Amino acid sequence: MTATVEPSAPETRHPDRRPGELTFRELLRFAWRQLTSMRTALILLLLLALAAVPGSVIPQEGVDSLKTGNWKDAHPTLTPIYEKLDLFDVYGSVWFAAVYILLMVSLVGCIVPRLFVYWRAARAVPPAAPRNLSRMPDHETYRTDESPEEVLARARAVLARKGYRLRPAAEGDDAVSAERGYLREAGNLVFHLSVLIVLAGFAIGGMFGFKGGVIVIQGDTFSNNLTQYDDFVPGSLFRASQLNPFSFRVDDFNIEWLTSGPRQGMARGFEAPLSYRTSPDAPEQTYDLRVNHPLSIGGTDVFLIGHGYAPVITIRDGEGNVVYSRATPFLPADASFLSFGVVKAPDALPEGIGLEGLLYPTYASVDGNPFNVMGDDKNPVLSMRVYTGDLNMDNGSPQSVYVLDKSKATMLEKKDGKPYRLDLALGQTVALPNGLGTVSFDDITPWVRIQMSQTPGKMVALTGVVLALVGLVGSLFLRPRRVWVRARRMDDGDPGGSGDSGGSGHAGPPGTLVEVAALDRSGGGDVAPVLASIVSAVRGGSAPTAEETS
Amino acid sequence: MTDTAWEMLSNRAVATAGILYFLALLAHLVEWSTMRKVPVEVAAGATSGTTSGTTAAGGVLVDLGPTAPTAAEERDADRIALFGRLGLILTGLGVAAHFVALVGRGMAADPNRVPWGNMYEFTLSGVFLVAALYLAFYKKFALAWLSLSVTTFVVAMLMVDVIWLYGPVAPLTEALNSPWLVIHVISACIATGAFTLGGMTSVLFLLKERQLAKGKQPRGWMARVPAPARLDLVAYRMHAFAFPVWTFAVLITGPIWAHQAWSSYWNWDPKEVWAFITWVVYAAYLHARSTAGWKGRNAAILALVGTATLWFNFIGINYFSTTSQHSYAAPAPVVQVAPGSGSVGV
Ligand code: HEM
Repeated sequence: MTATVEPSAPETRHPDRRPGELTFRELLRFAWRQLTSMRTALILLLLLALAAVPGSVIPQEGVDSLKTGNWKDAHPTLTPIYEKLDLFDVYGSVWFAAVYILLMVSLVGCIVPRLFVYWRAARAVPPAAPRNLSRMPDHETYRTDESPEEVLARARAVLARKGYRLRPAAEGDDAVSAERGYLREAGNLVFHLSVLIVLAGFAIGGMFGFKGGVIVIQGDTFSNNLTQYDDFVPGSLFRASQLNPFSFRVDDFNIEWLTSGPRQGMARGFEAPLSYRTSPDAPEQTYDLRVNHPLSIGGTDVFLIGHGYAPVITIRDGEGNVVYSRATPFLPADASFLSFGVVKAPDALPEGIGLEGLLYPTYASVDGNPFNVMGDDKNPVLSMRVYTGDLNMDNGSPQSVYVLDKSKATMLEKKDGKPYRLDLALGQTVALPNGLGTVSFDDITPWVRIQMSQTPGKMVALTGVVLALVGLVGSLFLRPRRVWVRARRMDDGDPGGSGDSGGSGHAGPPGTLVEVAALDRSGGGDVAPVLASIVSAVRGGSAPTAEETS
Repeated sequence: MTDTAWEMLSNRAVATAGILYFLALLAHLVEWSTMRKVPVEVAAGATSGTTSGTTAAGGVLVDLGPTAPTAAEERDADRIALFGRLGLILTGLGVAAHFVALVGRGMAADPNRVPWGNMYEFTLSGVFLVAALYLAFYKKFALAWLSLSVTTFVVAMLMVDVIWLYGPVAPLTEALNSPWLVIHVISACIATGAFTLGGMTSVLFLLKERQLAKGKQPRGWMARVPAPARLDLVAYRMHAFAFPVWTFAVLITGPIWAHQAWSSYWNWDPKEVWAFITWVVYAAYLHARSTAGWKGRNAAILALVGTATLWFNFIGINYFSTTSQHSYAAPAPVVQVAPGSGSVGV
């Protein structure tokens, strides 16, 4: 049986102490203090787990801002309450921080004293053998004809070989004390301290890092400065000077569409060959950017995380002038790459023109309904509504290029009052009604979405977790234990010295009585086999003259 | 062999494994129901599993007192031993078939790959590791008393997997195509298997402890389940094995891979959040085991909370939350530039 944990047996419930430590008052006090703060740590851990839940249920601003926005629109009453409670940014909220900061304070308060205790304990000699070894939960007794000196000498050798630290022999000793597993506590301390390192690494990333994304049309060049990003999330202490002065051109975009099988229509093998310079006057280099294979340029990592199509659209206004002609990124709206986009030609005459609608990369018509077959651009078709008038672009506030402000514009309608639909296959030009002009769909090019990020502190965090894991393994698998071997010559009048070993003591020839006891100090060990193997090693060749075990 | 042949082989192997596990379950049911009729000490001589050197069921042995076994009782004891063995062998064969099923899934894909492309395959692997780790730990912890729980669980989960989670063989989505997938998923599945076995042990611990606390004399198969202290220890050892593996899976390999694929090593994605919650709950369990007033019953309850969050994260969260980049069915990362953009990516 194990020495320490007997949850169901009332007689062994000494919550604040373990056998073998009863005599050490200081240790007891220490244990008491430790256990009380352990309870705090435990509660805080459970609180932390609980506090993390809402962030997985409620959409999070920092994880999926689009979904968060939609959710807010759909829940007008809850939203203000949730916003007050920071529920759209749980992991950056004050109350979440409160829980983990409290936990860290408790951790430090717990670890620092233990460091000192450990510092002393690690060099202490094993305690002397308790007077009564047969009171230990795990013990064995046997008799032998060898002298006590022989037995103890062998015991010392056996235990030393098994890696135990021995209490130095003293005059008149009748017992050997041995202990091992000192590193367990060291592992535990390393683990807890590493938690702090991880948190520090994480915090550094949050403060000094950034994450930004941009859509780059094939053939276009991106240079790394703030104005070029579509979206940019800086850490609280980020400075623009941290941006490395690199630039890259997306030379090409390759993709392989699956045309059969259960994932038919899925794409794979994305690859965006880049030409890049680490600074404006550095030589040009190339890199095949792929998923899972980011490009690292001086502390900034460049990732390929998405792709789509940019139809090249040209608008001539009623006077024949080209008022719009460029590749216009459309955003995929579903897994088939049916994509949504807008075109704005506010300066067209006689009236501004805005287009809003869908791109079908592979258009098909099923029972007269438009349908997108797959993401490959086998038969691209644009299908858009037309707005005329003031596109509200001069009111000063910046407008998203993906949103058409229709508040002052009018939708073009057919004579029967239904919306006018502009359908354009690749290469087609269509004249808009009322002499508004013409729209042509000249070409289609792919775009890629590139994400760039700096994550300073990531190596700190990684080192921290790896250290934590090493410490954890030591803490969980090293089994600290103490072993005592006592050997005494038996006189006729002294059956076993210890009084309660009962029946076996009487009769039998005088000889040496050997008691071996082992104590697990981890609460997870199984000392019975350990004890058995020590006993058999200490007995060695000596005749098996006795039988009693615990 | 063609891909279709591999896929068919895999499907048949899953069915075979399911049948074998089910037969194993039946064998253990016979074994344990026979035990109701036989006093513990007769059976104890027969079922080697319950007589490990340290079995604290020994306490029960003494309580019942010596009664000479009758001929009928001895026949029952033989029966118990026979069906116990049979159940174990059937489970072993089930695990072998299960392994073939996994290999078949990987070989059926073009190009060949690890069998971790969708929820069906993840669950197949997770359940496989529950059964395989049970066999691996069988001797070390003398797990005969866990046989009913394991076979029941495995049969039930395989049914859930085949009926609700089945998906055809398909190539990996691009983000899954990484060596880190192999190492991340293997470690996560191993930890899941060991945590699950630990959770089952904790359930038995709670049941046994309650019976004893009520002063009831455990009968039948509960009498063969080791004493609470032993169950607590075995549960701890399994959790202590699983916890570092889980740490490795979700706090080291997961973030490394996330950093490569999604540019940020921790995204607070729901799957990550729940993996973290699971980790914290198990850390609390390990604490509770050495905290006064928490060890024993409360620690076991925490272990079960851990099992619940673990499996909720394994399967549940995918159906519960749609933002997860771990929702393997749909293409993963997201283009979020403006309203109207959907979730399509590489
Ligand atoms: C971030 C917070 C914490 C985490 C994740 C954590 C995690 C762990 C884990 C996993 C163990 C098991 C390893 C082992 O058994 O040796 C452990 C043990 C331990 N922890 Fe913590 N801990 C945290 C905070 C604390 C705090 C605040 C205290 C102070 C009271 C503390 C005191 C201990 C002690 C004394 C042990 C050893 C228990 C034993 O003897 O088995 N921990 N901790």
